Amino acid sequence: MGIETEYGIMIRGSADWNPVSASSLLINAYLGAGGSGAVNDRSTAIAWDFVDETPGADAREYLPPEFAMPPEVETHLVNAVLTNGARYYVDHAHPEISTPECADALSIVRWDRAAELIGVQSMAAANEVLPEGQEMILYKDNSDRKGNAYGTHENYLLDRNLPFGQIVTGATWHFVSRQIFTGSGKVGSELPGVSIRDIPYQLTQRAEHFEEEVGLETTLKRPIVNTRDEPHADSQRYRRLHVIVGDANMSQTATFLKVGTSQMVFAMIEDGAMDLEREFEDPVTALHRVSHDLTLRAPLQLHGGNTITALEIQYDLLEQAEKYTAQRGFDNVGGEEVGKQILSTWGEVLAGLESDPESVAHMVDWVAKRRILNGFRERHDCQWDDSRLRALDLQYHDMRPTKCLANKAGLQKLVSDEDAAWAMTNPPEDTRAYFRGRCLEKFGEHVVAANWDSIVFDVGDDPLRRVPMMEPTRGTAAHVGTLLDESDSVAQLLEKLGG
Amino acid sequence: MAEREQIKKSAPPRKDGGGEGGQAQVSAKGDELKAELDDLLDEIDEVLETNAEDFVKSYIQKGGQ
Repeated sequence: MGIETEYGIMIRGSADWNPVSASSLLINAYLGAGGSGAVNDRSTAIAWDFVDETPGADAREYLPPEFAMPPEVETHLVNAVLTNGARYYVDHAHPEISTPECADALSIVRWDRAAELIGVQSMAAANEVLPEGQEMILYKDNSDRKGNAYGTHENYLLDRNLPFGQIVTGATWHFVSRQIFTGSGKVGSELPGVSIRDIPYQLTQRAEHFEEEVGLETTLKRPIVNTRDEPHADSQRYRRLHVIVGDANMSQTATFLKVGTSQMVFAMIEDGAMDLEREFEDPVTALHRVSHDLTLRAPLQLHGGNTITALEIQYDLLEQAEKYTAQRGFDNVGGEEVGKQILSTWGEVLAGLESDPESVAHMVDWVAKRRILNGFRERHDCQWDDSRLRALDLQYHDMRPTKCLANKAGLQKLVSDEDAAWAMTNPPEDTRAYFRGRCLEKFGEHVVAANWDSIVFDVGDDPLRRVPMMEPTRGTAAHVGTLLDESDSVAQLLEKLGG
Repeated sequence: MAEREQIKKSAPPRKDGGGEGGQAQVSAKGDELKAELDDLLDEIDEVLETNAEDFVKSYIQKGGQ
């Protein structure tokens, strides 16, 4: 599993900054300052290898012709691999950090927080090279509140044999309803013709930017279930579900639950343990409705005439997950310790949301943000259309530690900043990210390029050597730790790998 | 990982009754947070972007994925 986050970016004090060059400056400043050690002896960032990228591949066997437009891949922009196994690059006029592959939801929280810290360090490095009076600022959010959205994508590794239709049904059911704890909150609406009096505040930033149920697009007519079929792994065995419908979370608990509950849901679908009987009459309408409903009790129309609420769906999924893990154990959901933590946190948050949402203001972003907004409104006696509330909404996501309102909101931490700081330069030990990160750290000067499923080495006179990593659960510390420790040269490493 | 231990101990209160202790802990946490809200708002008054209207207008992003 992994999370990719596109950050909002701006340069204060400059009239004519450009988001693409600002993003490049940000990343280059970080690499140049020696940030993560992903710079080799020739002082150039180790490049991303595009050879296996096929973002236009569609998971649906039958592809409607109007959807046959493959996304554009920008291969010429800054694109680096870090020693923690992450990818740091410019994507669609935003700086984006993809976490390394993680085996459980708590690791996701740790490497996502490490990505935030990398962003913080990058801002500082960029400000060193910017002219006096200019300041680079990052925002971990998903919308400029003017109709432009950018993504926080989750990725899950699924069994290739699972029929895609089942994934669509189960994923849609969860994605629509999980918004009650994954939403980051947004002042106002971005839908045309909807005023702030109609929707003063809503649960999520992303929901309104979705118009389709299923599809390949990620930048226009975004679908609830994205069909990009690019496993970055053995395509006979796996598919990667590329989830584009979630919000960027400032709350670690929200990130933990967003990923942990989804992992549970997908494990249940894979094992035929999820009830897939019910479906929304209109998933896109349901997605918007949940986001707009602060009571969490809006009836959602089902096929066949009945209705259900998002809270009811989530309680039902939790119950199914409890039964599933009681019968099958926690092996498919990140292990027993983290799996139990997912279940207990899930239950705690649902109970809080049901009885008094304010009671989970330390866990759920939209509640934490609303609490600040309401406190501010009361203190300054202002209406929802006051621009200070919109400023507050944005500043909740400001990555400058002294300005970030989420930092001050009393959010519960699951990972200490010491642990996250370690993860800025070190990979998880229980996925192939370990091999990628350690190779970059130890043999960086011989790594020509790397991507999710291979590393290309330059061993001197011989032709370049590509080491494939098609199995995400191999290349762990248990598999290759000793081998890496005992190799003094890249030639030795390759010999041992080949032997 | 002390925090993780703490979370596990405050067992989840569920809709189907039980766990009143958990419920009480949750609302105690809520009260604590309410008490902190005033301090937080003081701080926000200090750090909130000056000239909010210009700031909000100037925050324009290109659409991404």
